[in-house]
Amino acid sequence: MSVRDTNVRAHARKGSNVQKTPGVKSTKAANKEKISSVCDETDVTDEEKTVEMGGGRIKGLVKPPDQLKLTDIEKKEKITKVLTTHNPNAPNNIARWSFKDRCFKPCVVDHTMHIFELEVNLVYKNSEEGRKEMLKQGLHEDDATVDTGAESDKEKTETSATPVEDGGEVEEAGEEDRPDSAASKTDKKEPKIANVFACSRATQTLDNPPREISCQIEPLPRSSFSASANQWEIYDAYVEELQKQEKNKEKQKAVPSEKDDKSQKKMVLMEAQEADFKKVKKEAKSLERMVNQNIYDKIVQDFAYYEDPADEFRFPKATLLPLWKFKYDQAKKLSVTALCWNDKCPDLFGVGMGSYDFCKQGSGMLLFYTYKNCSFPEYIYPTSSGVLCLDIHKQRTYLVAVGLYDGCVAVYNLKKEGKEPIYKSTAKTGKHTAPVWQVCWQNDDMDNNHNFYSVSSDGRVVSWTLVRNELVFTDIIQLPLIGADPEEPELAQMHLIPCGTSMDFHKQIDYLFLVGTQEGKIYECKTYSSKILETYEAHHMTVDTVKWNYFHPKVFISCSSDWTIKIWDYTINTPVLTFDLKEPVGDVAWAPYSSTVFAAVTTDGNVHVFDLNINKYEALCQQLVVDKKKTKLTHIEFNPTHPIIIVGDDRGNVNSFKLSPNLRLKPKGKDGPEVEAAKMETLLALLRKPE
Amino acid sequence: MAEVEETLKRIQGQKGVQGIIIVNSEGIPIKTTLDNSSTVQYAGLIHQLVMKARSTVRDIDPQNDLTFLRVRSKKNEIMIAPDKDYFLIVIQNPSD
Repeated sequence: MSVRDTNVRAHARKGSNVQKTPGVKSTKAANKEKISSVCDETDVTDEEKTVEMGGGRIKGLVKPPDQLKLTDIEKKEKITKVLTTHNPNAPNNIARWSFKDRCFKPCVVDHTMHIFELEVNLVYKNSEEGRKEMLKQGLHEDDATVDTGAESDKEKTETSATPVEDGGEVEEAGEEDRPDSAASKTDKKEPKIANVFACSRATQTLDNPPREISCQIEPLPRSSFSASANQWEIYDAYVEELQKQEKNKEKQKAVPSEKDDKSQKKMVLMEAQEADFKKVKKEAKSLERMVNQNIYDKIVQDFAYYEDPADEFRFPKATLLPLWKFKYDQAKKLSVTALCWNDKCPDLFGVGMGSYDFCKQGSGMLLFYTYKNCSFPEYIYPTSSGVLCLDIHKQRTYLVAVGLYDGCVAVYNLKKEGKEPIYKSTAKTGKHTAPVWQVCWQNDDMDNNHNFYSVSSDGRVVSWTLVRNELVFTDIIQLPLIGADPEEPELAQMHLIPCGTSMDFHKQIDYLFLVGTQEGKIYECKTYSSKILETYEAHHMTVDTVKWNYFHPKVFISCSSDWTIKIWDYTINTPVLTFDLKEPVGDVAWAPYSSTVFAAVTTDGNVHVFDLNINKYEALCQQLVVDKKKTKLTHIEFNPTHPIIIVGDDRGNVNSFKLSPNLRLKPKGKDGPEVEAAKMETLLALLRKPE
Repeated sequence: MAEVEETLKRIQGQKGVQGIIIVNSEGIPIKTTLDNSSTVQYAGLIHQLVMKARSTVRDIDPQNDLTFLRVRSKKNEIMIAPDKDYFLIVIQNPSD
């Protein structure tokens, strides 16, 4: 066959073959059939010619009439033709504007050419449908045979498809596909059969490009709410509601003063922030106490439970068990000049800080300690002058009267904030001209005003009354001038003014009081008269303390720097008992639980505790409690409820001690003030008898 | 305010005190002497404990209220003083 002739066609065939799905033999018949149906008459004839030609080629018999006749030399000439995948007709000079690269670029042209495309249905022979088809085909075959029989050559019809198909395959296909082709012919008339080969037949529609539009809005306000209602929350709500109602009522009453409210509100707002932390003050204080309690746990245990078991065997001797030591750094250089317990809070006591040294006077301090916190004072009030005495009101324990070295008396209120006294005497209002040595609260007067008495070195005893905003003074008594003795005029000039140094009011008869003086005399006076009832020539030196017994109405005690303690019956001018401690006695105090027990401190650092009921001549306990060389003891006081004494020294420290059981013996089976008074009475009777 | 701070300073100076924390009602530490992580831990956990303790006390008697809470452990003692708006926590080693 001539190559020249067929090359274009072959080319075209190649293209079609490329497009063909492989291994679809059974379609060939259908192809042929379709082609025949699609092509018009002339085409068919052409086809037939080619078929004939093809058929001739195969058989080598038929030659077209217009075939070129070539010589042998011409035939032997080799013409090289190369099949390429390029389409020679495709344009290769198309350029397009590339937006990406901003220039014209040659554009790639598709070289594939689609000559023919056909979609077909395939039915599997062995399937039910296939068999049906076969059956139908069988019928048709008859027709076909009839039809083709007329044509007399099946192969001719068969080969009509060959121009489209690859030449090699044609024969086999022709043989095998014959029945199928017939079947596919019937296809045209029959309704379409479902696709058993799961060949998807899909159409592509125009897809709308996916589009996404989003925008952000303000987030909706959200809040999570959870609540539980229990009994106490309900209670709180009710309490709040009640308070609101009360406030509303008050508001309705106080409508005219609205303007003030506004300004007040501003103030409240300003203060609110400051108050924030102040609220924690109480908690901080209690925490400090707890921390201290942990540190001094053993002392607390001793205070509460320890009773010295050794006392049983050393009776009547006794001991003092040291407990807390109260210190304040800023008061180190001052000496303790006064001690006083708070009657309502038995753990709280006041300490007056000042100086007994005439040359070293300066500022003083008023401190309050509690043994819940021994490391720091509960209250601190600095004073311009040294404190010499203090007294806490028996009922209103927040009121504290203080006598100062400069002659002032002042009253502090522990409930009020601030470091200043609420009352202070001035020169106008009867200030003492010399140090105030003792102050004593008295019962309220007829108008329910609080009042207290003071005694000073200027020889006056003054009653002070707290009236609203001022301190009103009344001179009670002027101590008699010394030197009334005409025989010693020189001495009289030296001591013109008698100095009151101590004072105490009778426990039962509230107008009766004693005044001790620097000269060693003790005067018995009444508040409503300036007359002195009695004078006791008590000591040779300053009477440091004079105190009435708590139980026995006639007995009082006095102590002095002349080393002695004296016990008196106020009906008798001479002391009932005298004790010489061989050291200056700083202070003496009756025990609040027994009529016969008292304690004294001497400047050498000893504490002496006596129980006259057990021993009339010697102390049951004499104990050194501070460093003998460096420290002097100045004051002592019994706790009103606990078996505790506190001792102050001249270095600003206060020590507390627990009295051992031997110092707290009480008459068996009986109790009460009458018993205590009787005990003292029997003692006095015993003492009087020898006389 | 100064007074409270002085008190806190004194507490910190006491023997065996390991730290002080002030926590507000939401359990957020406001003031502390401990390091950050342990403060947060203490504040968070103790806040829950105090709330539970308080509701226990108040459930029994609504008029009653919790005033102090001490937790004694092998190593130390945690003391808590609750207030309406704040509570104070002190951690102390009492055996030191």
